[in-house]
Amino acid sequence: MGPVTLFHYLTVAAILFTLGAVGIFLNRKNVITILMCIELMLLAVNINLVAFSTHNGDLAGQIFAMLILTVAAAEAAIGLAILVVYFRNRGSIAVEDINMMKG
Amino acid sequence: MDALNLTPAIAEIFLAGAATLLVLLAAFVEPEVQASRLMRKISIGALVVTGALTVSYGSVPGMAFGNLFMSSPFTVYMKLLVLAGASVVLLISRPHLKADNINKPEFALLILFSVLGMMVMISANDLMVLYMGLELQSLPLYVIAAMQRDSLRSSEAGLKYFLLGALSSGLLLYGLSLVYGFTGGTNYADIAGSLSGGASPGAVIGIVFMIAGIAFKISAAPFHMWTPDVYEGSPTIVTAFFAIAPKIAAMTLFLRMTYGMLGPVPESWQQVTIMLAVLSMVIGALGAIMQTELKRLMAYSSIAHMGYVLVGISSAIPSGISAVMVYLAIYVVSAIGVFGVILSLSREGVPVHRIADLKGFSRSHPMHAACMMIFMFSMAGIPPLGGFFGKWFAFLAAVEAGLVVLAVIGVLASVMGAFYYLRIVKMMYIDELENPLDVPSDSVNNLVIGISALIVALFIFLLGPLRDSIAATMPYIVFVLG
Repeated sequence: MGPVTLFHYLTVAAILFTLGAVGIFLNRKNVITILMCIELMLLAVNINLVAFSTHNGDLAGQIFAMLILTVAAAEAAIGLAILVVYFRNRGSIAVEDINMMKG
Repeated sequence: MDALNLTPAIAEIFLAGAATLLVLLAAFVEPEVQASRLMRKISIGALVVTGALTVSYGSVPGMAFGNLFMSSPFTVYMKLLVLAGASVVLLISRPHLKADNINKPEFALLILFSVLGMMVMISANDLMVLYMGLELQSLPLYVIAAMQRDSLRSSEAGLKYFLLGALSSGLLLYGLSLVYGFTGGTNYADIAGSLSGGASPGAVIGIVFMIAGIAFKISAAPFHMWTPDVYEGSPTIVTAFFAIAPKIAAMTLFLRMTYGMLGPVPESWQQVTIMLAVLSMVIGALGAIMQTELKRLMAYSSIAHMGYVLVGISSAIPSGISAVMVYLAIYVVSAIGVFGVILSLSREGVPVHRIADLKGFSRSHPMHAACMMIFMFSMAGIPPLGGFFGKWFAFLAAVEAGLVVLAVIGVLASVMGAFYYLRIVKMMYIDELENPLDVPSDSVNNLVIGISALIVALFIFLLGPLRDSIAATMPYIVFVLG
C-alpha cells in the first residue's frame, strides 16, 4: 500500500459525483432522494477542491469549499421550502407524480 | 495596485444595501398589499439609480476587491440590458401580481436580489465570485417561479427549476474544481495565463463540465428540458422575467469565460459551443411547431435564440462578440414586447395564453396585433426589422471564422423557425374572430408594447449608434485586467 495521493482523492470524488448524478436520473421514488444526490455532488466537489488546495499549496480552494458549504445549506433550505409548497398542492412527493406539464 | 478599490463596484454595493434595507422596510408596512405596491415603486427607483451608478462609476475599466471583480464599458453595456429588462418587468407587473395572486412585497425584493446576482456574475473575474453571483441570481428565481403558492402548476415549475438548477450548479462546480486544480488558480487572469501553454486533459474535462453547467442556465439544447415546463407553469409575469434578464447575464458570463478566461485555448471550447448552437437552433425550431401554448412556444423560441447567439460565440473572433451584443439588445426589446402582448390577453378577466386564442386578433385589437406582427416578423428574421440584423451579424461572424456549415445550418433553422412565427401572424390576420378577448386597458403595458414595437421596426436607424457604442467597448472584453 503506497501513500494516499491526489489521484486517490480525485477518484473518490469522481465516484461520489457520478453516484450523485446517476442517482438523480435513476431514482423514481422520492424527491428527497434527489436532494440528497445533489448534496452528494456538491460534497464530491468539496473533496476535489480541498485535495487540490493541499496539493497545490494554495488556500483558495479551501475558502471556495467553505463558500460552497454555506451556499449548499441555503440551497437545501429553499429546495425543501418549495417541496413543502408542492406537497400541500399535490399531496405527494413521488418523482413520477411531478407530471402536470409534459416534458 | 490598491487592493480594495471599491469604486468599480459602487452600483452593486448600492443595490445590495438598498435590497437589504427594503426587506426591513417591507416588514413594517401594513397591510401586505400596500407594502407590495410601495416595494414595487421603490424597487424600480433603486434599479434606475443602480443603472446611473453603473454608467458613472463602472465605465472606467478597473478592478475591485483585489482583482475579484472587473468593471469595464462591456460589463456596463450588459448590466444596462439586464437592469432595463428587470425594471420594465416590474413596471408592467402591477395588474398581473393581483391577478396571479402573488401580490406580495417579496416579489420585487427577490427580483432585486436576483438582479444583484446577475450584475455580480457579469463582472466576476474569479471562479468564486462567478459561483456566488450565479447562486445569488438562481436562488431567488426558484422562489419566484413557485410564488403562486396555491397553484399546483406554479409549485411544480418551481420544483423542476430548482432540481435542474441545482444539478447544473453541481456540474458547473465540478468543472470549476477541475479547472482550479489543473491550472492552479481561481482568478480569470491566472487561469488564462496558465492555459496559454495549452490545456491539460484534466483542465479540458473541467472546461466541458463548466460549459455544460452554464448551458443549463441559458437553456441551450441538449440542456433545455426544464425550459418549456418552467415557462408554462410560472405566473406569466415571472416567465417574462425569466425570458429576459437571466439569459443576458448567463450569456455574458459565458462570453467572458470563453473569450476571457479560456481565450488562449479556443480549441477546447469551440467544438462544444458549435454543437450547442446547432442543437439549440434545430430543437428550438422543431419543438415550437407542435406547441399550442403561447408560453411554451416562447420557451422554444428562446432556446432557438440562444442557439443563434451561440453561433456568434462559436466564431471565436472579435466580430462574434459584437454580433452577440447586437443580438442580445434586440432580443431584450422584442421579448419585452411579446410578453407585453401575452400579458394583455384575457377573456372575461381570466388570463388566457393559448395560441388559438389569437384567432382574429387583428379584428378586435388592431394595434396590439400590428405590434405582435412586428415582433413575430423580427424574430423570424425578416429584413429590415431588428431580428434580421442580429442573425445577420451572427452568421457573418461564423462565415468570417470559416464556419460556413454552421452558418448554413443556422439559416436553414431560421427558415424552419419562420413557420411558427408566421403561423401566429396568419391566425391574427386571416382566421375568423371567434371569442373576442377583453380590451386591454393597462396603459403602461400598452405604452411598453408600443415603444418596443417602434424600436424593433426602426432598428435600422439605431443600428449605427449601437454599433459605435459596441465598438467602443471592444478593447475591454478579451482584456483581462490584473
